[in-house]
Amino acid sequence: MLFFLSFVVFLIGLYCVATRKNLLKIVMGIVIMEYAVNFFLILLGYRMGGVAPIVTEGVKEAKFVDPLPQAMVLTSIVISIATLAFIVAICIRIYQRYHTFDVTEIRRLKG
Amino acid sequence: MWQVYALAILMIVGSLVAVHTRYLLSAVISLAVVGLALCVAFLYLQAPDCAITQIVVEVLALIILIRATGVERDMSEIKNRKEIFAYEAIGIFIIAFAFFAFRALSYLPEFGHPVMKVSQEYIRKGLEQTGAANLVTSVLLDFRAYDTLGEATVLFTAILGAIVVLREVGRKKK
Repeated sequence: MLFFLSFVVFLIGLYCVATRKNLLKIVMGIVIMEYAVNFFLILLGYRMGGVAPIVTEGVKEAKFVDPLPQAMVLTSIVISIATLAFIVAICIRIYQRYHTFDVTEIRRLKG
Repeated sequence: MWQVYALAILMIVGSLVAVHTRYLLSAVISLAVVGLALCVAFLYLQAPDCAITQIVVEVLALIILIRATGVERDMSEIKNRKEIFAYEAIGIFIIAFAFFAFRALSYLPEFGHPVMKVSQEYIRKGLEQTGAANLVTSVLLDFRAYDTLGEATVLFTAILGAIVVLREVGRKKK
């Protein structure tokens, strides 16, 4: 059921990217999809009644949640902020050139 | 687990508001609601490292997006027939995509019972081989260090690209 909910979030992001005309709305759709995928991966690694995978006294190893998806999601989160900065930089340049965020009006070539 | 369900529903509501509101600034703030709900969900799902990273990244993303937004409004609306047709096509595509993906969901392992073939090894040998008590760190910086190197490369390239795109002194105007 939680997989289903994370999937719904992904679909909302996809809908946003596909139907909105504002450039920043499209960027927000991409960010929503990233959140949904990260959420899904962490859900995949969760173990019922598990504890965080940090070795301490008196905690049994068999109860750890899966550390591998967590490490990969950590990488993915950091990469997503870098790509977001790059995308937004391009958006700001487009706005300075065309004075609009509407993708249907950004048609004419300038150079 | 009801907290995670509540946070997932909050994420859905936040993203719906972000998609449908007219003001871009409120859309950015709804997006931040989604990210912070995700951060708390990470805490409940026993992933504290991801939660820390997520909250830092979320604040940075908020600053970057507010810088880009200003006080713009999203005034684009559906105008002619061609665009209505495009909407229908997108709707059909999303429904088909959802159908096949929901069928795929039934083949996944059940929630709360992960397949841990590789991770068993990491959990068993992590402490003695790497000396790191936090197993996520030992995976990130030792067992899969090349992934982290690649991450750093991507980070460097993206920031370099952003600086090159945004700098004021570029080509000389003739």
